[in-house]
Amino acid sequence: MTESTLETSGRNGLDERDPQNSAVPPRSSRGHRFTSYDVRAFEVPGGREEDWRFTPMKRLRGLHDGSAEATGSLDVEVSGDSAVKVETVDRSDERLGTAGAPADRIAAQAWSSFTEATVVTIPKDTQATDPVTVTVHGPGQDRTAYGHLQVRAEPLSEAVVVLDYRGSGIIGDNIEMVAEDSARLSVVTIHDFADDATQVSSEHAYLGKDAVFRHFAASLGGDLVRVNTKVTFGDRGGDADVLGVYFADSGQHLEHRLLMDHAQPNCRSNVTYKGALQGNSARSVWIGDVLIQAAAEGTETFELNRNLVLTEGARADSVPNLEIETGEIAGAGHASAIGRFDDDQLFYLQARGIPYDQARRLVVRGFFGELLQKITVDEVRERLEAAIDKELAAVGA
Amino acid sequence: MATLEIKDLHAEVETEEGSKEILTGVNLTVRSGEIHAFMGPNGSGKSTLAYAIAGHPKYNVTSGSVLLDGEEVLEMSVDERARAGLFLAMQYPVEVPGVSMSNFLRSAATATRGEAPQVRHWVKEVKQAMSDLEIDESFSERSVNEGFSGGEKKRHEILQLDLLKPKFAILDETDSGLDVDALRVVSDGINRYTESGDKGVLLITHYTRILKHIKPDYVHVFVKGQVAESGGPELADELEESGYVRFTEKKEAAAQS
Repeated sequence: MTESTLETSGRNGLDERDPQNSAVPPRSSRGHRFTSYDVRAFEVPGGREEDWRFTPMKRLRGLHDGSAEATGSLDVEVSGDSAVKVETVDRSDERLGTAGAPADRIAAQAWSSFTEATVVTIPKDTQATDPVTVTVHGPGQDRTAYGHLQVRAEPLSEAVVVLDYRGSGIIGDNIEMVAEDSARLSVVTIHDFADDATQVSSEHAYLGKDAVFRHFAASLGGDLVRVNTKVTFGDRGGDADVLGVYFADSGQHLEHRLLMDHAQPNCRSNVTYKGALQGNSARSVWIGDVLIQAAAEGTETFELNRNLVLTEGARADSVPNLEIETGEIAGAGHASAIGRFDDDQLFYLQARGIPYDQARRLVVRGFFGELLQKITVDEVRERLEAAIDKELAAVGA
Repeated sequence: MATLEIKDLHAEVETEEGSKEILTGVNLTVRSGEIHAFMGPNGSGKSTLAYAIAGHPKYNVTSGSVLLDGEEVLEMSVDERARAGLFLAMQYPVEVPGVSMSNFLRSAATATRGEAPQVRHWVKEVKQAMSDLEIDESFSERSVNEGFSGGEKKRHEILQLDLLKPKFAILDETDSGLDVDALRVVSDGINRYTESGDKGVLLITHYTRILKHIKPDYVHVFVKGQVAESGGPELADELEESGYVRFTEKKEAAAQS
């Protein structure tokens, strides 16, 4: 039996607040989060906490409780446009950590544990014409590694960065994506691990004044992939499109947690994630939080999550949540849906002679197509289209 | 010369109260070059017959047979039936988001013709067919049936009919919900399909309206899951005047005796 849940928070920022002490966030807020660079500041999560209740804790392989010591390292290769500067730096580099602080224990563990970080800088006023590819290989089966990567687009620069995760192992990492004033930064992140891999990644995006940030996440492989993506608007006029696709197979757990933190006026965010699930105990979790703080007047935000459950035995959870602390906004909304594969659509296509497998492919491609079209790097888009076709073929119809 | 034979077809549909028999023994033969009007009151099972022949999973054929040139259609998958030359124009065409009309039409033509049509010819062919049906070119980039009005959906069903040119077409209330102009456009499309003289049509309808545009060779009255009476076009004239009462009463009387 397919299970699906849909929760919509009833708390749309309308909680009773103490007017004397409005700087203290309400306890129920999911937008205002505790953060710290110190892993000891976080309690070891047991699995019942709001942040962890959808995650199978055992399959975190000890990333959350300190037992997963680093036994390997990530192999990071950067290629692409020569205008881009690539550095390997140690922990003392002062640029690190500026996009945001860890908001959960694994992010803090990764911050405390990495030994060297990769910093990719698009220099001021530089337009990188070719995409920059950062390939990250896992440490290998049953080995643990912690990583740190920062992509920094300096003012008025422009670049597309592809972050390509491959290989095996247990990985905890922090990714900083900084779009400084009037920069245009696109980051495509592909989580295409081997079956055994576990990854818990925290992405911290920071947008300067009038910065344009485009993020596309694609989660395909791995046993468990959990990605936290927080977008912080550091100044006015920031514009963020945060898109994602995922395809969960039998036994896979793919979790995406988004937070759009609108603390500045006149910023825009658009979140759209689409996922397909197939096979026994295929599992996806999507949490979409949007916080519009009191100062963030003129905010425009929309978030959307759609799930397509292809077979019985798969489960998708989808929880959009909007907290609004000012009435002076341009617009805010969210939508979430979990649907079964539509037999009538298949029948219609087959009744025109199109074979079952091809009909199925057309429907699923159509489902993802709208998002995939937005990927400007042809090879990446084609690779993802092919990956989705391969996932579909794997079931053997 | 092709033949579609429906022999003692029984079919049921799954409902919340269990399965319910809808078709109670249908016998009908359609040969190429013939247009059969298939008329009956609402709920008589006309659509069920259409879906059962096309192979919709919701309908379960319990006995009987459907032969296309002697081949058992009921043993074929839905797409095999279509490739064998059967076509169902649906009463409620399904929306398929994200699949463009042009991609869909080309996939369907490739499947039914056994090879991909040559691009240049194909584009011309589609353009002509769309213009014949007064369909705006912009529709080819829209998702299949998505956001189409009822009339637009029906035109697209006939567009597919004209492009795929099946041996036999079952048209399930293609006339319903159409205004006078749209009915004419759609009827012209059906007549273009049959003008070669080697196509067979089973025209399912509740009203005689469409028969002013499309001249049937045979008319069947369908009541309670089977053919109650067959005749020529004059039978349609009688239905136009007196409705279905004579047939539904006869059925009830027969059931009581």
